[in-house]
Amino acid sequence: MSILKKLFTAVRGGAREVGESIVDANGIRIFEQEIADAKNALAKAKKSLTEVMAKEMQTKRKLASLEDSIIEHENYAGEALEKGNEALAVEIAEKISEFEDERAEHQQVLDGFSKHVILLKQQIKEAEKSIKENQRQLTMVKTTDSVQKATMAVNSTLNTNESSMVNARQSLERIKQRQQDRQDQLAAAKELEAAASGADLKAKMAEAGIGSTPKSNDILERIKAKQNK
Amino acid sequence: MELNELSIKLASFETEGANFESFLIANEGEQDVLQVIVDGNDELPIFVTQTEEQLVCISYLFNENEVKPELLNELNEALLKLNVPIPLSAFAKIDEQYAIFGALAVSSSIDEITHELVTLADNAIEALDAVTMYLND
Repeated sequence: MSILKKLFTAVRGGAREVGESIVDANGIRIFEQEIADAKNALAKAKKSLTEVMAKEMQTKRKLASLEDSIIEHENYAGEALEKGNEALAVEIAEKISEFEDERAEHQQVLDGFSKHVILLKQQIKEAEKSIKENQRQLTMVKTTDSVQKATMAVNSTLNTNESSMVNARQSLERIKQRQQDRQDQLAAAKELEAAASGADLKAKMAEAGIGSTPKSNDILERIKAKQNK
Repeated sequence: MELNELSIKLASFETEGANFESFLIANEGEQDVLQVIVDGNDELPIFVTQTEEQLVCISYLFNENEVKPELLNELNEALLKLNVPIPLSAFAKIDEQYAIFGALAVSSSIDEITHELVTLADNAIEALDAVTMYLND
């Protein structure tokens, strides 16, 4: 059964006590063991694969050299026949027959190695898939476990701190109040700053037409008054 | 990033106009939890837990017993439907507690983590505001 299904079963119906573990520690250990086993199998399969591939290459080389020998000796036999030395040609033909037997043997060995390589590659693929799958499931199990343990740790802190035991509505009210306070503070600070720089008062006076007459006007009036005297 | 390292970094970090306070709830041999308060909103703290693969950030919203019983199904359905549109976070239920959470890869940078925390904190407040109609008066 997949872990998610197991978790569903554990969660359903609320048969579980609050804080009671959804996943037992055993379950985690089993997964970890399965991953470790699969990793071992993977390492072994990879080691065997390199060994078998090396042997496969050796056998291929051997086969090629046998092939060369056969062609070489066929040529020799031809030469012997050309020179009319039938006895030698027969001897060479026997040697060729030996080479051919040897080639057949090695071909069989090579086929065996090639099949083994395919099999090992398959095993490696499966081990890798199994590790990935188990790790995904282990993550699910571990996260469930951590969140649960974290919740218990959080609950025990909250329970020792009575002031935190407020309901959601009250929490929201407080947060909204705080946000409002902050906005008010900001607005008040702006007002204060405006007042401190005198901008506020000047603006009010200007609106009322007080104190806003430009100095140059005064001076001009004064000079005109002098000239008129 | 280890939780205590995150805690130290958060203390001097400011992003998206938000600041952070955090303290570690040490849980000897079990699961350490970092409590993070974004922008002084200590009513909706975010609890950060680290596993091998991910950092899980959870904010608890309300208890099931705070929900008007006749609206419980409607609320559950609404939360499921809102799971996709809500940015970066998802709704969840842990034991009897409704929660909103986000998960990050353990390899996340401080910028990614703080972005997640700020978004989660905003989402939590907005979500709570949006569901008050389902809660007991």
